[in-house]
Amino acid sequence: MELLDFARGPALQVAALIFVAGLIWRLLHLFLTQKKTDLSEARQGGEVGGGIRTVFSRFRHHEAFRQRTRNGTILAYTVHIGLAVVIFGGAPHIIFIGSFTGLGWAPLPSIVIHIAAALTLAALITAMGRRLSHPVLKLISNFDDYFTWLVTTLPVLTGLLAVAHVGARYETLLAIHILSFNVFLIWFPFGKLMHSFIAIGSRYTTGVTFTRRGAKV
Amino acid sequence: MSEVTEKYPLETHEQRLTVKDPHPRHDMQGDVDENERLRRAMANFAKNMNRTTATYMEACVHCGQCAEACHYYVQTEDPKYTPIWKLEVFKQAYKRESSPFGFFYRLLGLKRNISVEQLGEWQELIYDSCTMCGRCSLVCPMGIDIATLVGQARHGMFHAGLIPDELHEVAQRAKIEGSPLGATAEVFADRAEWMGDEHDTEVYLDKEQADILVSMSSIEIMKYPNSIGATARILNALGESWTFSSDGYEATNFGMMAGNSAWQKQATMKLIDAAINCGAKLVVLPECGHAYGALRWQGAAMYGKPLPFKVQHISEFLADVISSGRLKVKKVDQTVTFHDPCQVARRGGATEAPRVVMDALGVELKEMAPTGDFNWCCGGGGGVVTIHRADKLRYKVFELKMDQVEKTGANTVLSTCSNCRQSYNDAKDHFKWDKDMESLLELVADNLVE
Repeated sequence: MELLDFARGPALQVAALIFVAGLIWRLLHLFLTQKKTDLSEARQGGEVGGGIRTVFSRFRHHEAFRQRTRNGTILAYTVHIGLAVVIFGGAPHIIFIGSFTGLGWAPLPSIVIHIAAALTLAALITAMGRRLSHPVLKLISNFDDYFTWLVTTLPVLTGLLAVAHVGARYETLLAIHILSFNVFLIWFPFGKLMHSFIAIGSRYTTGVTFTRRGAKV
Repeated sequence: MSEVTEKYPLETHEQRLTVKDPHPRHDMQGDVDENERLRRAMANFAKNMNRTTATYMEACVHCGQCAEACHYYVQTEDPKYTPIWKLEVFKQAYKRESSPFGFFYRLLGLKRNISVEQLGEWQELIYDSCTMCGRCSLVCPMGIDIATLVGQARHGMFHAGLIPDELHEVAQRAKIEGSPLGATAEVFADRAEWMGDEHDTEVYLDKEQADILVSMSSIEIMKYPNSIGATARILNALGESWTFSSDGYEATNFGMMAGNSAWQKQATMKLIDAAINCGAKLVVLPECGHAYGALRWQGAAMYGKPLPFKVQHISEFLADVISSGRLKVKKVDQTVTFHDPCQVARRGGATEAPRVVMDALGVELKEMAPTGDFNWCCGGGGGVVTIHRADKLRYKVFELKMDQVEKTGANTVLSTCSNCRQSYNDAKDHFKWDKDMESLLELVADNLVE
């Protein structure tokens, strides 16, 4: 079996299985944890609306915090938007997603994808530089932070190398790219990549609690 | 049952009411071995773990932005004051013991068990350098309410006997004597009578039936007793049926701040029982931040069911009676700024009420920047003002507050929290600052149209 066949065959299947099982287990664990009912008299209704609003409002800091959080926010947005553009706008990725969902949409021009990928990679490298040098980030970082960075950066890097045909045959580079994505999938449920799901619950919960109190969310 | 010792006499004549003789860090209560301390710390931390707090524990991405909202970090730039770092040992314990993959962490030795020594080191971070003001909770991109988690960590620390001695002492006093600062029922009755004479008004105590039960904070009773007279004058001007109760007059809740749920419940139940016994339809809480959170938002949880009466902070009550036209006030020719008590505004949602009152008084309000829900904490909340060894750090973070006030150009700072007022006045003495903090309640009482 060729490396490419392995990467997009059994390796991808195992990775997807671990991803789905881990995802379900981690979310189930939270749902199975006892829920505390707030018995206080609400100042106002609309808790559910407040919860949903908070899921979106936390995408942007309030003015009072913007100046001090600007660098981290710009990097985070560059990485997240860049990844979204590359994953959902790149033609090969759309074909890949369509192969198991049946969905399809028009890809973005290759040049846009290449620029987005390059910017994402630059932002990821800058983010790591910042994590290694900023006193706060240096102190609070752990294995999860570094490994998550690695498994996120590798698919971006290998994808760019594959497109540029640098370092090896295209098939080999593509296989490495898919393998790096498989590692990303396997790690996803174990580390902080889960914030993609848990942050929704966390923001919603805080939104509900503080909307009930009539406080700022 | 423990009793009040004389190890820490009260400093009743000083600007700030607390106990004398700070103990060197870190403090330890009780005589139990390390394993038992650890077991208690983790058991009591985990005891209140629910879906909300478990979600918070799982959501952090270590972005570090909470540091930028914390007055301790902003003023010192010491990374150890990063809010989420203050929970690091408890996060480790959670991951190892209760997280979805805890089994693997334990099996593979990926998360080491924490030690009593580590908990001791963290005592400063969980008590001395966190007022649970919740500013970090507002900035967190993941929406983690870090202040709630610190409160939960304090439960673990308390039961492990690892809290600052001064805070333990005042919390214990509250449990035994009914007040953290010596405001026993007898002392309160004396003060109530004195304030009745001083303000030439009737101060009702222990009426059998009343529509409103009023409470005070220990700081007001002992240091700012005019609050008693001011409250009485306003309620009498309104013709309300109201009373204080010897069984439930003290709204402060040091059990909550220290991290002892049983003591918290005991203090809360005194107010609840007193209100039920006199048939109160409303409990008015004093100018005290954490007292508001303790009864308004946590009281029902202590009671086990919804409270059979309404609860209002005094500023909410004043805003309501002024807005409805029941209470008339004279215009005050004064330029002021307003300090938002964190537990009433940011954590409690009553941010607009004092502004309604100030608007009615006609004062020229120069808002701080930032203000309202984003205002900086005074640095004295969460029991920090009781901890002597934290003074230096507290004064350091207060410089932020002084800068805010100076920039408004106002000479008077109004607030609706006696603990903030105490912190201000203590810092004012320390810095020989010329700005006064006054009570909004007292300003209203002094300008009633009677």
